[in-house]
Amino acid sequence: MAEFLINTLGFPAWLAWSATAGVAAFLILNVIAGGALVFIWAERKIAARIQDRLGPTRTGGRFGWLQSLADGIKLLAKEDLMPDGADTLLFRLAPYVSFCASFCAFIAMPFAFDVVGQRLNVGVFFVIAVLGLEVFGVILAGYASASKWSLFGAMREAAQVVSYEVPLGMCVVVPVMLAGSMDLVTIGEKQAGWISNWYLFHDPFTFVIFWVYFTCAVASVNRAPFDLAEAESELVAGFHTEYSGLRWSFFFMAEYGSMFLVSGLAAVLFLGGWNGPIPIAELAGWSDGSAVTAPYAVRLLGCANLLAKATAGVLLMMWIRWTLPRLRIDQVMTTCLKYCTPIAAVMFAGVMLWQLFLPGGLVPGGRQGAISVREGWLEQAAEPPAEAVGVRRSVPQQLAGVAD
Amino acid sequence: MDLTTNCLLALHLATLPMALIDWHAAFFLLFALVACGAAVMVVLTDNVVRMALHLVLSLGATAGLFFLAGAEFVGSMQLMIYVGGTLVLLVFGVMLTAQTKLVTLQTPPGDRVLAGILAAALLAVLVQSAVSIEPWRQPGRAVTQPPTATPLGMALVGVRVDRQPVEVESRPRSGYLLPFEIVSVHLLVVLVGAAYLARAKRRRTPRPIDVVASADPPPPVRQPRREEREAASVLVGGGQ
Repeated sequence: MAEFLINTLGFPAWLAWSATAGVAAFLILNVIAGGALVFIWAERKIAARIQDRLGPTRTGGRFGWLQSLADGIKLLAKEDLMPDGADTLLFRLAPYVSFCASFCAFIAMPFAFDVVGQRLNVGVFFVIAVLGLEVFGVILAGYASASKWSLFGAMREAAQVVSYEVPLGMCVVVPVMLAGSMDLVTIGEKQAGWISNWYLFHDPFTFVIFWVYFTCAVASVNRAPFDLAEAESELVAGFHTEYSGLRWSFFFMAEYGSMFLVSGLAAVLFLGGWNGPIPIAELAGWSDGSAVTAPYAVRLLGCANLLAKATAGVLLMMWIRWTLPRLRIDQVMTTCLKYCTPIAAVMFAGVMLWQLFLPGGLVPGGRQGAISVREGWLEQAAEPPAEAVGVRRSVPQQLAGVAD
Repeated sequence: MDLTTNCLLALHLATLPMALIDWHAAFFLLFALVACGAAVMVVLTDNVVRMALHLVLSLGATAGLFFLAGAEFVGSMQLMIYVGGTLVLLVFGVMLTAQTKLVTLQTPPGDRVLAGILAAALLAVLVQSAVSIEPWRQPGRAVTQPPTATPLGMALVGVRVDRQPVEVESRPRSGYLLPFEIVSVHLLVVLVGAAYLARAKRRRTPRPIDVVASADPPPPVRQPRREEREAASVLVGGGQ
């Protein structure tokens, strides 16, 4: 878009780039904020249905679909309170830290072929790293509130998030290994085609590890049954006990933003990203599944696919939240250290062995083997430098040379 | 000349100063200033939690510098390990102490002088080594191809794609696998040691048969010490 502004409309370069960045940031902000509105309404309705109630019915017509907007206006009108003993600066800063972390992680998140804020070659790693910063806002809020409930909540959150990063990281490495790239766009492209190409159905181990990933993701975004940091039956409201009004709603937008983000990440890593279960666009001959040939309609379809998958993930989280009871802190730690981490480790080894011995899958000729993934790496890495003229050995040869 | 062209021309003229700015350098300055300023604030503040916050700012700005240089892997690593991991643990530890007299730290003047000398020496060494690198003195060499982390990953499994084949022939075992393994075993030892030191030292209750055999009263089960109980109650949220 920036090139279009510069070349066709004759904008100055800096203005074109900032305008493009502004539009992208605006869109992502709307995904988070608008998404939060919809999801809060959905959460109320789902919770109500699961508990055999009706939920909001009156605001805005038949299904109460304006309820979150009404809540938003109420939050804006609320008095902004601050406890006496609070650390003023940190208390004000904390919600923004949380929200910014959640927002920044969307930079590397692809929505369709090349509809991505900034294509990073370590996209997965970046998203996980930035998402981990969200906990810092929670800790600041807990400390700055000068309230024991907040402090307890923040301590629990810190312990929980730090532990769950370990199995989460292990689960994320599996699709990276299968695709041979940490680039989220590449990972999505490798799963193009029929539903059987999704990494979820790559082999039995990836099927198991997807559910481990989902458990860890729920825990790392601090949702029930892992919402120890705001356990209202014990800690009033946990880390946001002392917050009200707009600051409180920033925490909630961050929470729903992160839920959407980890679901979107699950979609890209395991559920084929923006590729639908049936390759409609390829069958109709509109594109061959890569970014270069895809017209705008196909990209829009891709966006819709990804958003649908991410939304399904968020709805699944809500279903879990209103079905399972909250775990105790020791049970949370047990789930992480005694179940998730060993299962993830075993599945990781399993995927590795599968790639080694059954690289083509059970159906012969079905899939790209491990060797070709490695060759892909070599092609990427060894665009031969200008001075390196000479016979370059292939990777298997080099590996053999190292082994003997 | 129609209206659109005129408007665009006016736009270009009005924003000429903006177009003249080297944005890369501007952002470098911005991040560098934030990093240095926050680092100075870490030293000047005496509230422990504020110090941690400033440290996060400083390290985050350093990660920004890495991203600006196109080293996304190092930048993410910086965020993950320093900002995300270490500082969460740091703040975690700080919060356990920050409620009492440790909330403000008073540094003795002698320590300040010593730290100043150390820091100045380190700075001198760093500046000297940075200036002595020849290619860094030539200005304005743009990176033609965005670097990727792939050579690093390949080198980790022993394939040096960044070297000439001849070099690889002469030194075949030049991958990073062995150093990596040594470092990871080291870290594992440290972790096991830490877990051993931090474990709850609980004496086992003797079996009834032993008690009968020795005909002594069973030794009393040790009550957990006060700090242990407090540490546990902080996580569980009760007992205050």
